[in-house]
Amino acid sequence: MAKRVAIVGTGQTFHKSHRPDVNGQELINEAVQRALRDAGLTIGDIDAIVIGNMDHFEGINYVDCWSVDGAGGFMKPVLKITTGGTTGCTIAIGGYHLVASGMYDKVLVIGWEKNSESDTSGAITTAFDPIWDRLVFAGAISGLAAEAQAYMARYGATDRDAARVSVRDRKHALNNPHAQLRKEVSIEEVLASPMLADPIHLLDICPRTDGACAVVMANEDSAEKLCENPDWIWGTGNRHSYAYIGDADMGRLTSMERTAREIFKKAGIREPRKEINVIELYQPYSFAGIIWIEDMGIVPPGKGAEYIWSGATDMGGELPVNPSGGVISCNPIGATGLVRCAEAAMQVMGNAEGRQVPNVNFAVSTGFGGCWWTDMILHGKKKPNY
Amino acid sequence: MDNAAIIGIGMTKIEARKVDMTFADMAFEATRKALDDAGMTIDDIDNVITTSNDFWDGRTISCMAVGDASGANDKNVSCVEGDGAFGAFYGLARSLSGSYGTTLVTGHSKGSQSVSSLITNAAFDPIYNRALGLDMIGACAMQASAYMHRTGTTARQLAAVSVKNHGNALKNPNAQLGMKLSVEDVLKSEMIADPLHKLDCSPVSDGCCAIIIANEDRAKKYKGKPVWIKGVAMCADAYFFGDRDLSRADSLVKAAKQACAMAGVSDPAKQIDFAEVYDAFSYQELMWLEGLGLCADGAAGKLIEDGAFGIEGRLPVNASGGLLGGHAVIAAGLYRIAEVVKQIRGEAGAYQVKKAHVGLAHGVNGLAGQSHCVWILGKDR
Amino acid sequence: MADIFKGVEPLVVKSKISVPYHWWAGETASTFYVTLRDKQAIMGTRCAKCAKLFLPPRKTCPLCFGTEMEWKAVKTAGVVQAFTVVRRQLAAMSKKAPVIYALIKLEGADSGFLHVLDQVRPEDVKIGMRVEAKFAGNRTATIFDIEYFKPASQEK
Repeated sequence: MAKRVAIVGTGQTFHKSHRPDVNGQELINEAVQRALRDAGLTIGDIDAIVIGNMDHFEGINYVDCWSVDGAGGFMKPVLKITTGGTTGCTIAIGGYHLVASGMYDKVLVIGWEKNSESDTSGAITTAFDPIWDRLVFAGAISGLAAEAQAYMARYGATDRDAARVSVRDRKHALNNPHAQLRKEVSIEEVLASPMLADPIHLLDICPRTDGACAVVMANEDSAEKLCENPDWIWGTGNRHSYAYIGDADMGRLTSMERTAREIFKKAGIREPRKEINVIELYQPYSFAGIIWIEDMGIVPPGKGAEYIWSGATDMGGELPVNPSGGVISCNPIGATGLVRCAEAAMQVMGNAEGRQVPNVNFAVSTGFGGCWWTDMILHGKKKPNY
Repeated sequence: MDNAAIIGIGMTKIEARKVDMTFADMAFEATRKALDDAGMTIDDIDNVITTSNDFWDGRTISCMAVGDASGANDKNVSCVEGDGAFGAFYGLARSLSGSYGTTLVTGHSKGSQSVSSLITNAAFDPIYNRALGLDMIGACAMQASAYMHRTGTTARQLAAVSVKNHGNALKNPNAQLGMKLSVEDVLKSEMIADPLHKLDCSPVSDGCCAIIIANEDRAKKYKGKPVWIKGVAMCADAYFFGDRDLSRADSLVKAAKQACAMAGVSDPAKQIDFAEVYDAFSYQELMWLEGLGLCADGAAGKLIEDGAFGIEGRLPVNASGGLLGGHAVIAAGLYRIAEVVKQIRGEAGAYQVKKAHVGLAHGVNGLAGQSHCVWILGKDR
Repeated sequence: MADIFKGVEPLVVKSKISVPYHWWAGETASTFYVTLRDKQAIMGTRCAKCAKLFLPPRKTCPLCFGTEMEWKAVKTAGVVQAFTVVRRQLAAMSKKAPVIYALIKLEGADSGFLHVLDQVRPEDVKIGMRVEAKFAGNRTATIFDIEYFKPASQEK
């Protein structure tokens, strides 16, 4: 019988551009120790481990095997799941299925990255098809710029609208001690920051970060014993269609639309804008904050900017987005999606401290990466009725 | 664990160089074959797991290359990095989680497109070990020396594994390297890393394998003969070689015990009819058989000489030719699972073993057998 | 081949992933390498709970996950636990073949240490033989500050 699954503990390292004081295994260990402490468990209680990162950011092959000392995987099942930028969310979905299958009671999920150890753009460039795309396309930012341009051409949004998203997330980051960048900016400052790839300014985009995140998931029996307010996982889903850049419908995140529709249908959510209380969006650059909430079904196509300007997605608004400060404040890539998941879980569990949104019934966390791919998790305060 | 079955398999032929095929071409062929085998269309597949490795494929996010070709367009999909047996493990979990009834799992590799020495050297810790210049062959050779020293297993016994598996591969149309060899041929072949001769080492290969896993409800709906998953487990040992007793496979022992317990197998040597194990090097077949509990510790060398592991033997091992007969790295464990399914269905043709009620398949991840995944499959639920 | 491609010329796209890496050694490995360079000493860390001395040193115990680790020097001589002589020049090798790789249990350590052997004929290497470290003259805080291990000069 399929089991209900809940998150019962989370742990994050302090995230910085460089963590020269620890190697990768030691960084992982910090997050793991914190997650175990948060769940009130020791490593002996953990039945299996799921770990993920992106190989070419650290240049270490078979990371699941290499990381065993830091992860606590000695003489345990260890599985590596990796799907590029979506990795952090993908591994959380992996942990969910391992527990839901009934094979394990408690699973530790670990995402990590030491982006300071390599050339991030150089490594990302190798994600593209070696025969068709790689030689004519570089890094992550050019693709995002193409998406933003396509959206602006279609709906008439401007880089000022995007700057409003950046202002929001960077302000929210002030409330999160784990965020790497914690400095308030103004719209004018965003627009005046260097243009990296038209229309994306420096302050529109995410930094490179060293960091790790760990999450403990448990089945229903264990979760209710371990935790007063576990974060119940209501649904997981993703779409990783497309392997070539030209396949994507630029300016629309089709993968988000389809994933959200599937998950919300399963959970019986008809009006996401009203029923969801907080979103931790894997939003690597500000324009996505406008575009992707439309694809998620929060507001209709072309209405994202207006909704952002209304303040609805700010703390205290109708539907706060990224209380953590989001990806543009902190981006340890293999961990980033799991940080979203952990932050959403903390919101549901009511232990998000200075960044807590009141009365969270449903939260959404997402991952983005690959070729305009989306992974998504729906978190809930009540136990799912299926 | 609830009941689940493997209801479709598809294998490309394993070849030294598939010059005419990209990763996607191979994945499509294997997927197509698995669907036909199960009597399904891609619409019957609820979700997909691909298995790939960014280093071997020379591509960050290597799963991008095979997702659509594995039928994952507009479906839920994920990617395990590691041996295909581990990918299948996750596929099984998803089939049992209540989210999906059927899972298609693919695993692919093209060793011909890269330099395995550099790729496996990158598995060594960059701060303490990597600069020494060891790779998978050197690492496993060191393990072979420790294993032979402890158990008294001889070079001739290792060679007997190579003779058997290359001979079996002659009977398997999907195998790459069928050869009629003598023990002397193996011992005369180039010494690459003591005690491993060239013919003790598996070849560089290209290939892709696909399997379809279904939960009990769905397994009954299709034409294929379901092969039931009775027990499955995985386990990782310590990372640094110095933390392990290299001559023993402790993590395999643990995984095997768990898989057997789940399958209700109390005496694997008696209750398991045949096995497909991860013989990347000849010594591994012997060492893993002992770790799996399929023979006594230190006894495998003598048994191989007595013919116990031949197709006609007491416990046929790698009747397909194993990895020595063709080693598509990341797909290898998945090929083992597919070969066990083939035997249990009685469809292995010239290399069909006589008794194939319960079979064991095995995959390995990491250097010198650090992490193992064990599958016990059976004809009956 | 002409068959497979039905007359199309088969092309190969050549490439190489060359991404520069610099791995932060961290506090623990830095301590190990600086001590090796400056004092020609090999230091491991010992878990207070498991009473096991690990080499390479660990910041936390991989067995019990404890964080109480203390630094301890081990002897620079020990016993070969496993070895191989790599005779083919494989791409990853930084030295000219044949190279003897060995796992060495240094006296005082509870785990083996991976390195190379020299000053010995391949056919004379045996599991169980005693070897000792030969330190490099010019040390730069890398694993090759131990130039190699060689047969121990005499039983101590």
